[in-house]
Amino acid sequence: MKSLAKIISYLALAASLVPSLLYFTGTIDHDAVKWTALAGTIIWFISTPIWAGQCETADTSAN
Amino acid sequence: MTTDNQSTQVNEYEREPVPPKAHLGAGKFWGMYAGEHAAGTEFMIGPLFLAAGASIQDLIFGLLLGNILAVLTWRYLVTPIAIGKRLTLYYQLERIAGGSLTKCYNVVNGVLFCFLAGAMITVSASAVGVPFNIHYTVPEATFGFGAPSFTGLVVVVGVIIAVVAAAGYQAVARVANIAAPWMIAIFAACGVVSLVQMEATSFAALSEGKYWSDAIAFVQEKEGVQAFPFWQIVAFAWLCNGAMHFGMADLSIFRFARSASSGWAPSIGMFLGHYMGWICAALLLAAQIKLSQDHSANPGALAWGALGWTGIICVVIAGWTTANPTIYRAGLAFQGVMPTCSRKTMTLVAGAVATIAGAFPNLSAQLLGFVGTYGTILGPMGAVVFVDYYLMKKIGLRDDYAVRVGSSVNLAALVAWLLPVSIGLYLIFAKGIFAAYAVIPAWLACGVIYLALSKLTQKPVPA
Repeated sequence: MKSLAKIISYLALAASLVPSLLYFTGTIDHDAVKWTALAGTIIWFISTPIWAGQCETADTSAN
Repeated sequence: MTTDNQSTQVNEYEREPVPPKAHLGAGKFWGMYAGEHAAGTEFMIGPLFLAAGASIQDLIFGLLLGNILAVLTWRYLVTPIAIGKRLTLYYQLERIAGGSLTKCYNVVNGVLFCFLAGAMITVSASAVGVPFNIHYTVPEATFGFGAPSFTGLVVVVGVIIAVVAAAGYQAVARVANIAAPWMIAIFAACGVVSLVQMEATSFAALSEGKYWSDAIAFVQEKEGVQAFPFWQIVAFAWLCNGAMHFGMADLSIFRFARSASSGWAPSIGMFLGHYMGWICAALLLAAQIKLSQDHSANPGALAWGALGWTGIICVVIAGWTTANPTIYRAGLAFQGVMPTCSRKTMTLVAGAVATIAGAFPNLSAQLLGFVGTYGTILGPMGAVVFVDYYLMKKIGLRDDYAVRVGSSVNLAALVAWLLPVSIGLYLIFAKGIFAAYAVIPAWLACGVIYLALSKLTQKPVPA
């Protein structure tokens, strides 16, 4: 399940960025970029919490 | 991004060296810095470069050099001390400068955090306002309000952020960690879309840079001629995080590093956020100018123009995930001087201060100057830490002097901090120098003064 979610996340991340590159090359129009990026965003935030672990980075609070 | 300081199950080693069992591999730091520096501030700072008249060539090469210098400062100034002592900045300062002076420093830090968080509340509010047709406009006066509807929106956004921060920010930290890679992708997408909107899609068009120079000309026609030259860009990029590296705040992060190589981790934040992110955010403004002859650096509107709802979501999350831990840290700093008050109460106080600051749009519009001032005020104390670590014993003086003599205020540290800072603030506000220029001179002066005054005032202490 986590592996599948991870794959979906990376595809969603690509969907957030790649359409802009396709727009740059004239392959798709601006509206397509916006809608694809939105879909990628929604899918990213649904799928990523499934596999992304809790953060255990260094504390920065109160110096 | 950070651990929740409120958790009592996790030992944060706040008053002891971090033991080897708690040391972290380099990967943790790379992830943290990527998220920390591709954030809400980038949406504000990037467009301000263009608005200030920076040329695209100066921006590309100036940011490159400045960010390299910032990374080297983290790696070679901060990391060795962090690994050597493995203590938080707060605890080191307490031992060197005294508990009372450290509390004072922390309160100043907290107040500055509130202003930074206020700017981020403005950023988020600018995005929330777009679908409701509530516009973000910058009044002439520094302490002038924007439109009443925008002020009301800032209050609503600020209250929500403050209440969430008071509840303990772990949930938001998780959102921030999840959002970080996506946010970096969105920044890049914004930049690419902006280039297309300006018809800069060929190598010739990109290298000629007319899309940029036209935007500069438009702004200068409206606002008057300004310049933001190469070395000013270098200074800004290097020293915008002066409190973190020169000021040694990131000792608190790198004390967990297993090896010094973790000190290279800020490079991901610098080059993805402070290089790519700033340039892409600036391109958003250039595109807006071309499309609608509007040079207002409204982060929400800029992102909307490029990526629609995705842009709005990104700006909201970027501002929120920066404001939230900043308000949390400010609350902890205030609680440090009022220990009878709960962390929740002081976090709400910090949130209230931040919200009030956020209601003045001109403060966030002056972010370029603010971060330099921030570094000038807080950065010099890092010189005290540097001198204490490397030089005190070498010249026959005692390190950690305040704890050795039981003093709550090390006068040498107090004077060494306040004197350069006062002069720096005078030069910034009375003489109008670019704030980031004051950071390094103030740091050097602080170190020299601390060394000299320590030599004059230290009493013999048993070994």
